[in-house]
Amino acid sequence: MKNLFVYLEIEGDVVADVSLELLTKGRSLATELGVELEAIAIGYELETIAEQVIPYGVDILHLFDDKRLAPYTTLPTTSILVNLFKKEQPQICLMGATVIGRDLGPRVSSALISGLTADCTSLVIGDYEDKKMQKQYDNLLYQIRPAFGGNIVATIVNPENRPQMATVREGVMKRQILDPEYKAKSVIRHDVNEFVSTEDFVVEVINRHIEKAAHNLKGSPIVVCGGYGVGSKENFNLLFDLAKCLSGEVGASRAAVDAGFADHDRQIGQTGVTVRPKLYIACGISGQIQHIAGMQESAMIISINNDPDAPINNIADYVITGDIEEVLPKMIHFYKSNSK
Amino acid sequence: MKYQMIVLAKQVPDTRNVGKDAMNEDGTVNRKVLPAIFNPEDLNALEQALLIKDRFPESTITILTMGPPRAADLLREGLYRGADRAVLLTDRAFAGADTLATSYALSQAIKHIGDFDLIIGGRQAIDGDTAQVGPQVAEKLHIPQVTYTEEILDITQKDVTIRRHIDGGVETVKAPLPLMITVTGSATPCRPRHAKLVMQYKRAMTPTEWETTYPDRALLPVESPLHIAQWSTQDVNADIAQCGLSGSPTKVKKVENINFVAKENRRLTGSDEEIESLILELLENHTIG
Repeated sequence: MKNLFVYLEIEGDVVADVSLELLTKGRSLATELGVELEAIAIGYELETIAEQVIPYGVDILHLFDDKRLAPYTTLPTTSILVNLFKKEQPQICLMGATVIGRDLGPRVSSALISGLTADCTSLVIGDYEDKKMQKQYDNLLYQIRPAFGGNIVATIVNPENRPQMATVREGVMKRQILDPEYKAKSVIRHDVNEFVSTEDFVVEVINRHIEKAAHNLKGSPIVVCGGYGVGSKENFNLLFDLAKCLSGEVGASRAAVDAGFADHDRQIGQTGVTVRPKLYIACGISGQIQHIAGMQESAMIISINNDPDAPINNIADYVITGDIEEVLPKMIHFYKSNSK
Repeated sequence: MKYQMIVLAKQVPDTRNVGKDAMNEDGTVNRKVLPAIFNPEDLNALEQALLIKDRFPESTITILTMGPPRAADLLREGLYRGADRAVLLTDRAFAGADTLATSYALSQAIKHIGDFDLIIGGRQAIDGDTAQVGPQVAEKLHIPQVTYTEEILDITQKDVTIRRHIDGGVETVKAPLPLMITVTGSATPCRPRHAKLVMQYKRAMTPTEWETTYPDRALLPVESPLHIAQWSTQDVNADIAQCGLSGSPTKVKKVENINFVAKENRRLTGSDEEIESLILELLENHTIG
């Protein structure tokens, strides 16, 4: 009862990075609350899941292993979580803000009448006073997220309803094994038929095609990122040139993606990828909170902008005031002439 | 063959074009300076419905929105582009709703509309980016859902075949009717207004708008094509406790306008000498190279 649950996303037989990141965060929150960390794996042939996740500090692992449960479909997964949660009464449930998490989370929250906060960038335990009802709540989950297109940061709480549900994007939380020898209290193999009905299998996946990402934006030590100020798709080629010469990757702000300058999968920010490179070169980016949320932990930030007062300059180590059409070719030129 | 479709749409502040005056000094949002627009992905949703109606002209499209009285503008926009009927769900009791309370209100309105084959909405609205309302409505109506739809490949009286986006790829699914579909921005863009429909519907009004415009005339009859239905909590038989702020499990504890503490930074002009010395410095400390 009252434990913290993490829904594990599984592709093939591998637990997704985002789920391991949530286990890491979930472990520290559970310890702070003095409760246990439970993980839920739903899929087919889950033999290796336990060894993948228990080192992150999982106390109880729930396995739902059935051929019909892979690949993911909405309804049976919803039924499993809803029925499990009715029985186990978790106080917190965390999921990845992935396509699956954003398909599943709202469905579960609607069935359980519980609050769900999407795309959190920070999760903290704290107290809450409802002044109108004159009620005090201890140890709630603060679900912190940029809102309103990234112009404000909101702290959301769910005082009454349980579980308190939140989704978090991949890369936002750090991933760390607690103890390679960690011993779970129990690994429970559930009888799937007690949780789902045949009507849950009405949606049929006809085919599924997954490609390896065309780039490694998340893991790249150098990121050259362009904003709306880059001006055009053609100008983005300058960013690709610089990235190629520095062996980095190209990212884009949401405004640049919306304007069609760059592909959606290159978006950096709250609703895109979170990066922590050694060097982040921001080109024509103003610096909305929702973008900052996805890159602020970069070790070094260079901002190139013709607006000397662009908000991103406040967090930059170097600010170059100028046009990217002039500055980027110079950087390429001086890199080539000075590196071996 | 014909299909009865309901398109869910939301009028949103245009958060993509936020100027410096968009925030009040106290950190709250100055909604007055932000233009209200048709949520972009809801337009993609409307287009999917219109494409089905192109193929099966006897189909009907009802556009449904929840919002303040001015959201009637969005409904007229939907009529200009080819929706057949418009419904505004508006009531002070809906104010302050989170996604769950919103989905409750919408599901009550959908039950009030009655029969439907498809409910189509945008994946998410740009003012919240949560992508929650579609699935939450589907759950309340006990129907399946297909989110992140990029294209409706085929529809028969029994089921729909859909290509949808998944992480790192695409998936084709077949789902039975009635069904909830949410559509992403990469789906076909919405067709523009139709001049004939603009002429036909430019005087379409909600009862509230009619009363303000023509205080001395009798209300438009409900059957009139110019009547935009306006429903309250009572009309859709909604339990007030599940609406608006009181029906919202999530509460906003605080909202802040982040002011970044400025780092000490070096300012460069972009001259050859300065760029070269920067590159040399980065090479020297092994940041690059």
